[in-house]
Amino acid sequence: MLSRDEDILKAAEDWRKSGRGVALATVVETWGSAPRPVGSNLVIDNEGNFLGSVSGGCVEGAVVTEAIDVIESGKSKMLEFGVADEQAWNVGLSCGGTIRVYVEKVS
Amino acid sequence: MKLDILSALNAERAARRAVVVVTDVANGEQRLVKAADIAKDPLKELLAKRIRMAKSGMEETPQGRVFLTVHVPSPQLVITGAVHISQTLAPIGQLLGYDVTIVDPRTAFASIERFPDVKVIAEWPDVALPPLNVDHYTAFVALTHDPKIDDPALKHALARDCFYIGALGSKKTHAKRVTRLKEAGLSDADIARIHAPIGLDIGAVSPAEIAVSIMGEITERLRQKPEAA
Repeated sequence: MLSRDEDILKAAEDWRKSGRGVALATVVETWGSAPRPVGSNLVIDNEGNFLGSVSGGCVEGAVVTEAIDVIESGKSKMLEFGVADEQAWNVGLSCGGTIRVYVEKVS
Repeated sequence: MKLDILSALNAERAARRAVVVVTDVANGEQRLVKAADIAKDPLKELLAKRIRMAKSGMEETPQGRVFLTVHVPSPQLVITGAVHISQTLAPIGQLLGYDVTIVDPRTAFASIERFPDVKVIAEWPDVALPPLNVDHYTAFVALTHDPKIDDPALKHALARDCFYIGALGSKKTHAKRVTRLKEAGLSDADIARIHAPIGLDIGAVSPAEIAVSIMGEITERLRQKPEAA
C-alpha cells in the first residue's frame, strides 16, 4: 500500500532513476481547514501518473497539470488554491481552506 | 529537488533517522540536514524544534524565507503476544501506516496461518527486540499476560523511550507487574509511563474492540498529549 510519505518519496526516486521525468509537489502552507497537513507530498511523472495527495482529491488534477509543465521547464512553481469558485474556471477546495503547494522537478 | 538529495533523504528514512530538507523559497536552493548534523547547522534551534514537533512549515530566517520539510521515522508498532487481540491490532496498525512486528516465542501462537500478512518473530524478546530498532517513534504493546515474555520486553521499551507503552492486564495484574518491575530496579517514573489497564475506556469487550481501544490510545499519544515528563 503506497500511502506513506516515504513510499511516495521512494517512488519519486525510483521513477527518476528509471528515466521518467518526475516532479514533487509539497503542501508548504495552509490556512483555515485544509485536507492535508503541511509537508504532504504528491509525486507526478511526465505522463501524469501520480502518487500521494496534497488535498482530498480536490486539486490534484490541477497540480498534475502544473507539474508536467514544471518537468518540461525545470522551473519550480508555487501554486495557491482557495475556496472553489463556480464563477471562475479554477479548481478549488470545497472545505473552505487555502493551501499553497510548491512544485519542483526531481533533477 | 536534486536526485542525490532525494536518495540521501530516502536512505535516512529507511534507517529510521530524522532528517530535514531546507528549501529556500526565493531561489529553490535545497539542502538536507541529518539529525546528527543539526548542531552544526546555522538554523540548529529551528531545526531541533521542528524535529521535536515532527512538523514541517515555513520559517523566516536571516537568510530569507525557507520551507522546512521534516521527516521523522514513520511509527512502528511492536507487540509481544501473537494472541487473539493481535490478530486485529496488527492489521489496524498497518492500515494506520505503522510497521508492525509481533514477537512471541510460543510457536503455536506465532504461526503464519494466524498472521498471514504480519511480520511475526517466534523468539524471546531478548533475541527478537534488539534488531528492531525500537525507538522514540515506536509504540510498544505487551499482550501475552506472561511475565517471562512481557516484563523483559517492557524494560526494553522503557529503555528505548517508546512514545507509547501499554500492557494488557487488570488493575490487579498490573499491580503485581509493578511490584516485579520495582524489584527489578525500575523507577516509579518509568513504571508510570506504562499504560495499564491498556486502551481507551470505550467499554471494549471483544478482542477486536480491545484492539480498537488500544489503537485509539496510541493515536492519542502520538498526536495529542505530550508524554508527561
